[in-house]
Amino acid sequence: MGNQDIKADETLDAFGLLCPIPIHLTDKRIREMKPGAILEVISDDDGIVKDMPAWCNSYAHKILSYKADSGLHKFYIRKQS
Amino acid sequence: MKVYLDNAATTRMDKEVFDAMLPYLRDEYGNPSSMHDLGQKARAAVEDARAKVAALINAKPAEIIFTSSGTEANNFAVKGAAYAGKRKGNHIIVSSIEHFSVLYSVRMLAKDGYEVTYLPVDKYGMVNPDDVTAAIKDKTVLISVMHANNEVGTIQPIAEIAKIAKSKGIPFHTDAVSTAGSIEADVEKMGVDTLTLAANQFYGPKGAAALYIRSKTRIVPLLHGGVQEEGRRAGTEDVASIVGMGAAAEIALKGMAKNSAYTTKLRDKLIDALKTKIPNIYLNGHAVDRIPGNINICVEFIEGESMLLFLNMEGISASSGSSCTSKALKASHVLTAMGVDAALANGSLLLSLGKNNTEEEIDYVIEKLPPIVERLRKMSPLYKKP
Repeated sequence: MGNQDIKADETLDAFGLLCPIPIHLTDKRIREMKPGAILEVISDDDGIVKDMPAWCNSYAHKILSYKADSGLHKFYIRKQS
Repeated sequence: MKVYLDNAATTRMDKEVFDAMLPYLRDEYGNPSSMHDLGQKARAAVEDARAKVAALINAKPAEIIFTSSGTEANNFAVKGAAYAGKRKGNHIIVSSIEHFSVLYSVRMLAKDGYEVTYLPVDKYGMVNPDDVTAAIKDKTVLISVMHANNEVGTIQPIAEIAKIAKSKGIPFHTDAVSTAGSIEADVEKMGVDTLTLAANQFYGPKGAAALYIRSKTRIVPLLHGGVQEEGRRAGTEDVASIVGMGAAAEIALKGMAKNSAYTTKLRDKLIDALKTKIPNIYLNGHAVDRIPGNINICVEFIEGESMLLFLNMEGISASSGSSCTSKALKASHVLTAMGVDAALANGSLLLSLGKNNTEEEIDYVIEKLPPIVERLRKMSPLYKKP
């Protein structure tokens, strides 16, 4: 994973927040988005590396891309349609 | 007669604010995080208050985080920004006349390896923006300068300092506890990234305050373990106090122009009368760039504390400085930074006026204070009769 060309419709910056808060906020935000829309989630908590795929899996959202850069985790998630 | 001239410590809650809060102290007891109707009614009340507090400072509701006090909000702003900037650096710039909730937060951070630059002030208690520019380093992660000082009332050139911070990409915080609700504290006009305000300073309850956090500003929370305030301030909300803060913000915004003009008029009347009637007194702070209700004077040859006792006997509630330090019998760090002589600083008196003070009350103080000073000076070994 690591597609540079993905353009997110919205960004959730969960910097400084510990899991599962970033997951909770992702859930809240994605509910307000249209099916198929793309959300970018930024977090500096390593817990998100395991939590986000597990959460996406259980709600059938698709992780399009994951990057880790100088301590920041960045997910691109497509809302299930 | 009872005259309350300690509005800098706290103001008296408006009746409308009290009425707005009452239902949430008993009947509407739901937890805003609960899904059911009772919870959702409390949630709606908190969100309504958030919109009103945001309007007071020209912010968006999502940029308001409720806290329990101005002190908590200042701790959050300073420590939160310091931790968020950890990867970039460890240098913080604050003015030397900040409230202790800022100064002691940076002292704690200094123990943790952060480097702190304290900006000097001039004799009026004013920060020079050029000193801010000179203090900035590559590893500076936060600049914090208060909007107006709580003891001497000097209003700082915030917009100018914020511009400097922005040009260097450094987050800028201002403590607007002394100004928000009484004069304009517009986050867009000032260009600040974070701002502290407290309800008890504008006729709202104690127990509710807020930190404005500009969207996209990174701050690490102080309180963890809950999803409240979008995870940035865990803990069940003090719904009644937050509702009170919202109501107070709405009233403050509506009456701001009128109340600030009225308070300024009373303030200037009292300053002029005291200057005429009492020899050897000095007004601290800036003559023009001053918050409406603030009078801070140094009365030579006597101690502030003894004036307070005598004033109290006449029914007048005043203070010798910050409510957090007045019991410490120590010269104020603000007056010291302004270069006021230590002996003179001990004779400081803070009279803070508000919208509920009347002309009659001011006349009463003008009648009572000069004889008190005269009496105390006669007892003072420092005073030589002119």
